Amino acid sequence: MDNKKIKAGITVFPGSNCDADVYRVLNSVFGVNASFIWHKDEIKDLKKYDFIVIPGGFSYGDYLRSGALAARSPVMESVKDYAAKGGITLGICNGFQILLEAGLLDGVMLANRSLKFECKDVYLKTLNTETPFTCAVEKGAVLKMPIAHHDGNYFATESLISGLDGKKSIIFKYCDEKGGITAGSNPNGSIRNIAGISNSAGNVMGLMPHPERSSEKILGSEDGGWIFKSIIKYIKEK
Amino acid sequence: MAKKAFIKVVLKEEVLDPQGKAVLSVLKSSGYGNVKDVRVGKYIELDFNEDKSGKRRPLEEEAEEISEKVLSNPLIEEFSIEIK
Repeated sequence: MDNKKIKAGITVFPGSNCDADVYRVLNSVFGVNASFIWHKDEIKDLKKYDFIVIPGGFSYGDYLRSGALAARSPVMESVKDYAAKGGITLGICNGFQILLEAGLLDGVMLANRSLKFECKDVYLKTLNTETPFTCAVEKGAVLKMPIAHHDGNYFATESLISGLDGKKSIIFKYCDEKGGITAGSNPNGSIRNIAGISNSAGNVMGLMPHPERSSEKILGSEDGGWIFKSIIKYIKEK
Repeated sequence: MAKKAFIKVVLKEEVLDPQGKAVLSVLKSSGYGNVKDVRVGKYIELDFNEDKSGKRRPLEEEAEEISEKVLSNPLIEEFSIEIK
């Protein structure tokens, strides 16, 4: 199957600002047929897409709470329906926050422990390589990707966390260069160093780091590309 | 008569409020040593249309639903409503 035949939809809200980055990486780096979906578009059924990406940014100015208003916009109703039917849905940074607010993922984001906007490269330990988003990643691999957020301090109750743990839904944790999950490598205070989680069915994932900003050598890391390579591999083998 | 709902949203007591902590440290360094703790929240006013039909559900109920579903995140926040 040719990558060109894989259709990806990228949602765009007022204030999304990583939409064009995702578009470029999918189309120009991986040769996927990706297009934008405006948040007001009357697309009732997203089934023509092989996967959906909710990109980063500051949708609706992060008013009320990060992702809260976007989560209640018309296109998210279609995304909820798409995800419920097993559609592969990836939320990056603000997209992760939107998925949490939409109830597609468990937990909530608090302001970073530092109260600062954290913008730097981090290392991620891949805990589960049997998901549509990580199936091309080597088991236990450490990936380098940048973060850029103010509200990335993931929080959930102990019972929610043990639920995630039990279902292998904790996909990425912040770690040091060698893969050690340490307090020092946690950039935002996130509980148990969590950087990315999936839903229990495994078809919806959110992560705070930006794979689209680390899929080309010229940008300092190609490790983020493994997320997109995984999705493509999963769709081809499905 | 048209009515308004005045809603306050605050972080739950057990959730760390970094904004409150930052304000607290500034207050302390400004000489307000009597302040023990600070919590920062949100204040929202909802202005409702007049109920001309008289058949609408109670405002309290609608404001409660809006607060729970949109204005707050029940995982970390709680709210209070005053209607005038």
